[in-house]
Amino acid sequence: MIRKERHVLIVLPHPDDEAFGFSGTAAHHIQNGTPVTYVCLTLGQMGRMMGNPLFANRETLPLIRERELEASCRSIGITDLRKFGLRDKTVEFEDPEALADRILDVVRETDPSLIMTFHPELSVHPDHNATGAAVIRAVARLPEPERPDIYCLGFANQVEQVLGPPDIVHDVSAFAKQKIGSLFAHQSQIQFIHNRFEGKDPAEDPEQLKKISTERFWTYRWEWNSPS
Amino acid sequence: MRPIDLEALQHALDQYAEQDVYLHLETTNGAYASHLDATKITAGAYIRNGLIRYTRGSVKGQGPYRIGLKLPLGWVYAEGLTHWETDSEGRLLTAGHDGDGKLAVALELSRTPFPT
Repeated sequence: MIRKERHVLIVLPHPDDEAFGFSGTAAHHIQNGTPVTYVCLTLGQMGRMMGNPLFANRETLPLIRERELEASCRSIGITDLRKFGLRDKTVEFEDPEALADRILDVVRETDPSLIMTFHPELSVHPDHNATGAAVIRAVARLPEPERPDIYCLGFANQVEQVLGPPDIVHDVSAFAKQKIGSLFAHQSQIQFIHNRFEGKDPAEDPEQLKKISTERFWTYRWEWNSPS
Repeated sequence: MRPIDLEALQHALDQYAEQDVYLHLETTNGAYASHLDATKITAGAYIRNGLIRYTRGSVKGQGPYRIGLKLPLGWVYAEGLTHWETDSEGRLLTAGHDGDGKLAVALELSRTPFPT
């Protein structure tokens, strides 16, 4: 079961990061009447998928991916989307204090009881890890009793070896429509998405549907490490 | 973008020679290369808005193609290029796509800075 939240804040670096791991949970919160704010740090400008046949180039991709991000949010029901305007692949090189400042501003404004982001070390892409680390850095500045819970998504190969099994497991099968809509909004990433579904439509294939029916997170524990 | 036409691309390269131009150059095997196959390393590099001036720019090969830009004190080089266009803003875009359409390399020239 999903806990009722006051406000949910999602912080991720790339358009489409929300689709596989977070969209079902976000849609559930929205149905519960909980406001959801999504901060997306970049526009995925350096993505490699340009369509096959080609429909994008390096310079048109950001605009295409911005429209896809907006369509994904419409499918999930997210109306408060914040674009931070950073560049793909550069999040870890930004001034960490300045990035934490910007995130903390949104935390203070929206007063979330829950933040969802990537695990700061076990999320494969440097932008993913840097985004999770920036969220931890921002929230660490709040006095402990005022800190929202942070649910981290990690998917490095060794994630369960390091963290054990995820403590938060949501059945999001009731929100398959919103989730599939979010996934397929990302048309420039469609090959990647089709590959994950072995070319079958998850709306019509129970085996594929099962793959997207669970979203799993690890609650961030402050004793894991103090932010450096 | 369209498949590279050697003669047309060579002509376009000539239009940017002997003047200040902004360079975007990148190559990558994808952020997930080592995640998907531990025997690989994730490798990539890019420069955006490097300001250069080349004395001679050439495209060579039989497809995929190579571009070399001779600088007063050095070189710019890209290999594996398959597609090109001159876009509506007068920028010369070239890229190499693999069999799945994924971008593997890009070399772009503009007389004004690329957006960041």
